[in-house]
Amino acid sequence: MTQSPPKPTSALSLPDLPGPDTPIRRLRHPGRWLSGIAVILLLAMIGRAFAVGQIQWPVVGEFLTAGVIITGFGWTLLISACALVLGVVLGFVFGIMRHSENPILRFAAWLYVWIFRGTPVLLQLLIWFNIALVFPRLYIPGLVDERMVDVVTPFVAAVLGLGVNEGSYLTEVVRGGIGSVDRGQKEAAHTLGMTPGQTMRRIILPQTLRLILPVLGNSAIGMLKFSSLAATIAMGEMLNAAQRIYFINGAVIELLFVCAVWYLAGTTVLSIGQYYLERYFGRDTAATTRDRRWFKGWARRPAVEGEV
Amino acid sequence: MSLAVKAVGIRKSFGSHEVLKGLDLEVAYGEVLCILGPSGSGKSTFLRCINHLETPNSGYVWIDGAIMGYALHRGALQELPIRQLRAQQSQLGMVFQHFNLFAHRTVLGNVIEGPMVVRGLSRAKAEARAMELLEQVGMAGKASSYPSQLSGGQKQRVAIARSLAMEPRVMLFDEPTSALDPELVGEVLEVMRNLARGGTTMIVVTHEIGFAREVADRVVVMIDGEIRETGAPGQVLSNPGDPRVRSFLSRVLA
Repeated sequence: MTQSPPKPTSALSLPDLPGPDTPIRRLRHPGRWLSGIAVILLLAMIGRAFAVGQIQWPVVGEFLTAGVIITGFGWTLLISACALVLGVVLGFVFGIMRHSENPILRFAAWLYVWIFRGTPVLLQLLIWFNIALVFPRLYIPGLVDERMVDVVTPFVAAVLGLGVNEGSYLTEVVRGGIGSVDRGQKEAAHTLGMTPGQTMRRIILPQTLRLILPVLGNSAIGMLKFSSLAATIAMGEMLNAAQRIYFINGAVIELLFVCAVWYLAGTTVLSIGQYYLERYFGRDTAATTRDRRWFKGWARRPAVEGEV
Repeated sequence: MSLAVKAVGIRKSFGSHEVLKGLDLEVAYGEVLCILGPSGSGKSTFLRCINHLETPNSGYVWIDGAIMGYALHRGALQELPIRQLRAQQSQLGMVFQHFNLFAHRTVLGNVIEGPMVVRGLSRAKAEARAMELLEQVGMAGKASSYPSQLSGGQKQRVAIARSLAMEPRVMLFDEPTSALDPELVGEVLEVMRNLARGGTTMIVVTHEIGFAREVADRVVVMIDGEIRETGAPGQVLSNPGDPRVRSFLSRVLA
């Protein structure tokens, strides 16, 4: 095979051709070096600005491990975990209802999503916190009969507000996940004689779970951060604790930085956990990357996937 | 010979399009029946009506003493609860064109799923039986692989083993080789040939005329939702009476 030379004048004649072991020199990329150096300079400038700015770094270090902050972070973790569990449970219940044969169940699930996805989560938190204004007493015959303010503590309001809101998002995610499990999987289960419940539990949901795992990971990370909203309803989580400290000592930015450090630590751990969880559930297909792509484009994806 | 399956007046429409126009069919135990016909003639829909993956609009299927999906009650067909329908469905093995192996289960996991969940077998018993079946279809060596790691022919052989594990009275095959690369068709047909030789009752929707000629006891040709020709393969394939069947066969045999 001959390759056409760039210019006719520089034509390489056959006797001039080099040997097979002629060394190959890689193309240089001066542009990459330049842009890399520019970015490093920029980062250094930002870093220096904060270092010489009016932040008392020793105070940040001092409060990083203060008892109140650590306790607050504990509450943050607890609220996030409880709300996430509630959200996942609600997401699966209503997501399955969205696929129900019964139009009233489908409508109820749609209504849930419409209301709780359609209003701000901060607003929902405030409503849960003040629910006693609507229902002064919580009365379930034979089970509970108490004043609502005693039942819906700031912690309960935070978990309900964040969890119910998250559930409305996860409902849509689960609905999409179930819809994208190949219809043939269900048919195969039916021909084996599996009941609808068995088919859902043993065939559809495990495959749905694998598909939506990246989204659940994002939910967990988002939840950790959204739990800071609970500071507005007098829940003593980390941000609230930090605020109470800086109202006294005035070290506003220092304490906010302390929070930032802990939130980053938390989200980093969750990201690592997400990676391993996805790898574990992706063991039946080597192509975890394909699932990631599925996640990014799930809204546009047709309901029925091709054969697996 | 005793009857295994009897379909009576099966009609099925999708919207205003009538796919099946009142089909009758009888299959005896031990018989291998091949259903041939051009694309869109309704053969797959007919097969799916037989095991109620599609519910016929009218007509019914009788399977060795019971009507699929219904109980005869005061001269009417009363729909059965879904659990009882599934129990009936499990008496018909189904092999799909696109395999439909459970993607999240290993080969062995696919085969033991039905026996364990539906029949309530212990894991040890189900696995022992599954390994025998996988041996039979030549897939024992891949027991711990996942479906995504198999070729199409291997998937289909596992799917056959999965159906056999339920010990069905009749095996239904819905174009089992149509999704396969040409060089993989042979291994699946070989497994089916062995099943037929072993006396398994089979209804096979297929485009493999050669397989029908060699293995089938009887051949049915469907065109436009009707059975136009039925009889021994030698007679139907070489000397069909119906002109439309003749033109269909001349096209596929050419």
